[in-house]
Amino acid sequence: MTHEHDITCQNILENLNTYIDGELGDEICADIEAHIQTCLDCRIVVNTLKKTIELCKYADSESSLPVETRHRLFAKLNLEDYEKKD
Amino acid sequence: MNENSKTFELEALQKRDRAVFAQVLDQNSDRIYRLALKMLGNVQDAEDILQETFIKAFNNIDQFEGRSKVSTWLYRIAVNESLMLLRKRKGNTIQLDAPLETDEGDLIPRQIVDWCCLPEKELMNTETRDHIREAVKTLSDANRAAFILRDVEGLSTQETAEALDISESAVKVRLMRARMQLREELTAFFAEKMIKETL
Ligand SMILES: [Zn+2]
Repeated sequence: MTHEHDITCQNILENLNTYIDGELGDEICADIEAHIQTCLDCRIVVNTLKKTIELCKYADSESSLPVETRHRLFAKLNLEDYEKKD
Repeated sequence: MNENSKTFELEALQKRDRAVFAQVLDQNSDRIYRLALKMLGNVQDAEDILQETFIKAFNNIDQFEGRSKVSTWLYRIAVNESLMLLRKRKGNTIQLDAPLETDEGDLIPRQIVDWCCLPEKELMNTETRDHIREAVKTLSDANRAAFILRDVEGLSTQETAEALDISESAVKVRLMRARMQLREELTAFFAEKMIKETL
């Protein structure tokens, strides 16, 4: 297969965010994936960037609103009578 | 939510229906608290912002036109309140609509280390988690706000733009800077671990 859409590492960087967010067209996606197959540096950048986002999301998943804070919020707004008790 | 129930909720809100206020509080207090905690970094400030956000929202309910989701509108108030408090604390003048920095250096990857191969238990342990929290704190306030809304809270680019009152392209630039900076931070952190392991 001839490859007419050779792209450079610079092109990868320019499209990195949109690529990761899945907002790029099929054709350019295929070109990027072909480049990543053969370019170790770009592959590492793409993979570590994806993993970074995933880990940041995970690191934050546990912080939820403490019960007392929630109670004070309802009280502050004079909505205690509507506060659901679990 | 269909158009009718959306209109109904908006009407009830504007009539200051307390049951609907309570419902809005119920459905949004978690996410507003999470955002405030990430923006401010401590529970006391987060609680202040949480209360202030809903007080402002309910006092100014007439200004809510229902063009965006209630949650997006609340995020917008909470982000503004958070930035105001941060500005007061730091005496800094960074604004969300400030011109983007022209330095492109932070968009070029500096460290290329493949740490994805580390075992899950290393990637997900308490030490890593603490390090990530610290790393997020080092982002500029404006970049952090974009990152939290888009990547942590999962808003769309459009919703993030509405919540920050900036253009979608500005959201993308801020997001890119935040992501690349965090990638560098985590790469440095994990690279050190990998070196220690091979010693
Ligand atoms: Zn490359």
